[in-house]
Amino acid sequence: MEPAVQLRGAVTLLGRFPALAGIDLDVAAGEIVLLRGPNGAGKTTLLRLCAGLLPVARGTATVLGHNLTDRRQARSLRRRVGLLGHATGLYDELTVSDNVRFWGRAAGASSEDIVGALAACGLDGRLADLAVLSLSAGQRRRTSLACLLARRPELWLLDEPHAGLDQDGRDLVDGLVHRAVQAGATVLMASHDLDRAEALADRVVTVVGGTTTAGAPGAGPTDAAPAAGTPAGGVALVP
Amino acid sequence: MSAPRPTTGSPATRLLGGLSLAGLVLLLGYALWWSPADVVQKDSVRIMYVHVPTAIMAFTACGITTLASAMWLRRRSEGWWVLGGAAAEVGIVFTAACLVTGSIWGRPTWGTYWDWDPRITSTTLLFIMLVGYLALRRIDNESGNAAQRGMRAAIVGLLLFPNVMIVHYSVDWWRSLHQTATITRLDPSIEGTMLFTLMLGIAVFGLVFAWMLIHRFRVGWLEERVGATGLDAALLERRAEAGVAGGAR
Amino acid sequence: MFRDAGLVAGKDLRIELRSRVTLQQVLPFAVLVLILFGVALDPDRGILTRASAGLFWVAVLFCALLAIQRAFTIEAADGGRDALRLSGLEPGGIFLGKAMAIAAQLTAVEALLAVGVVIMYGTEVTGVPLLVATCVAATAGMAAAGTLYGVLAAGLRVRETLLPILLLPVLSPVLIGATKAFEAALGGVAADGWPWCGLLLTFALLYLTFGTLAFGTLLEES
Repeated sequence: MEPAVQLRGAVTLLGRFPALAGIDLDVAAGEIVLLRGPNGAGKTTLLRLCAGLLPVARGTATVLGHNLTDRRQARSLRRRVGLLGHATGLYDELTVSDNVRFWGRAAGASSEDIVGALAACGLDGRLADLAVLSLSAGQRRRTSLACLLARRPELWLLDEPHAGLDQDGRDLVDGLVHRAVQAGATVLMASHDLDRAEALADRVVTVVGGTTTAGAPGAGPTDAAPAAGTPAGGVALVP
Repeated sequence: MSAPRPTTGSPATRLLGGLSLAGLVLLLGYALWWSPADVVQKDSVRIMYVHVPTAIMAFTACGITTLASAMWLRRRSEGWWVLGGAAAEVGIVFTAACLVTGSIWGRPTWGTYWDWDPRITSTTLLFIMLVGYLALRRIDNESGNAAQRGMRAAIVGLLLFPNVMIVHYSVDWWRSLHQTATITRLDPSIEGTMLFTLMLGIAVFGLVFAWMLIHRFRVGWLEERVGATGLDAALLERRAEAGVAGGAR
Repeated sequence: MFRDAGLVAGKDLRIELRSRVTLQQVLPFAVLVLILFGVALDPDRGILTRASAGLFWVAVLFCALLAIQRAFTIEAADGGRDALRLSGLEPGGIFLGKAMAIAAQLTAVEALLAVGVVIMYGTEVTGVPLLVATCVAATAGMAAAGTLYGVLAAGLRVRETLLPILLLPVLSPVLIGATKAFEAALGGVAADGWPWCGLLLTFALLYLTFGTLAFGTLLEES
């Protein structure tokens, strides 16, 4: 089976700063891979690269069979992936259901998909008709998750999926991820909630300084490692 | 790459610069002494030998910027990007010179520094468009790398010449409907020494334009090179973060 | 593409219905501009009536700037650009949709201004077909060029100041054409106005075509 993600020496620049400095990564189809590393290591940039949002300055990157060095292929990849990021892309003035409906229909989702996504994220009923403006951070997160779910992506790119969620919410994320993988999707996530994320993941990859080192779950260093030595270069990465 | 003394000059540009200078001196002679005064406009016609060439160069620069933007959009090569900016910068100088000389000429001819003449109006709008283009370009230059930046400025650059044309013709059409008497500035029957002087002016300012454009292009090119050579160093520095983090384990 | 355009236009107008920025801020601003012209140009001497065509379109132009800024403030908020790029919507469709939403809001502005000009400046309405055709063509042109230059300036910290300097010179032919067509309809011979209306239509078609084609690259890389 062809790998879902295959990066070889990929370099990505944010401005003039090489957020990814020659990264290698393999993710098999149907796998759940956790990225970990200190702040500014390049995890978010890596996820955005895999979504086809950033150009590859050097090296190669192939995601779901799309060669990302080709702009056209990178563009056509996008409707096949779902990215849950720090920025939500939600319209504050619109209601929860309006948002999910807009982003869902944009990706060609049917009405059933949209209703199903709302229900699966616990957003049916009273919450659906609230403006996003009036939601809590956790409820916004659920709305973003519903938008992603409605798209039925083949590759899930989750940036801190557990952040800001209550116990129910975190269980919800885990449940959705398991169901997605059973349905044939692949999941790549970055997280600092290591206990939960490592339990969820098949494999852990450590990202530091825009490059990767592979590791098994439950072993190796954690975030706390580069306490004194956090380099100035890493701070510049704020996408 | 590693020139001992950084310079944007070369034997060719020095020759071009020398020719421009000699040409300007010759033009000065013809414009101020050897060409006759106009029957109607008297000596004030002499400013035409500067005004008309600068106007032509301003519009040429604008055309070059649009062409360079189009080529950049096709090829994505730095050269076209740099050329677009260089032409706009030089163009803004000539547009300003054209407006100032036109205004100085207008005073004795029309009795006013500003008249709602189609050419003044559209040239002023051209000036503002060039300012806008350069402002946008500056922003593009500050943020983003060679592959990401430039798109905004390229689109505005691409639309520059068509917009100037649309503005020019609509303003022209707008004024021609007014029944006010406009003094035709260019005497239709220029001939002899006056025609020669005008042609000389166009040629000389063409040389000056080319000389300025080449130098601005080379400066821009060197700036690009400085940005590009930084990448390898930046990559090493970025990778070193992994080493630092590893050491702390 | 047209399905996507409808989706985006519907979304933008729905946001407008809920936020009421046009209704509560842009429309009152339009009336305010009319009043300021009146104060500045001595209402007793008939200048206002004679200049009403030009004043009308200058007011529309100012309101168009506000509407365009607003249209891209919506998208700039909270990673909207990434979301749009990931959405699967066709860029040409996004362009047309946003232009349609802006055009709809400008039409409302023009309707209000027309009433204002008639009441406050004492303009007599004649040559209605030409007036309507001019409004349609000019609005389409402003919305198309505005959307194109709006996305150029969107996401930049200096967008509020940059957009006018980029857009207004480009829109000057629209101002000229629409004013001349209105003058012809209101005071002169309507036949003089139709060629101007043709100019406006050409302008609108040029920018609609170019914008639909170029919007993808712009969304992508700026």
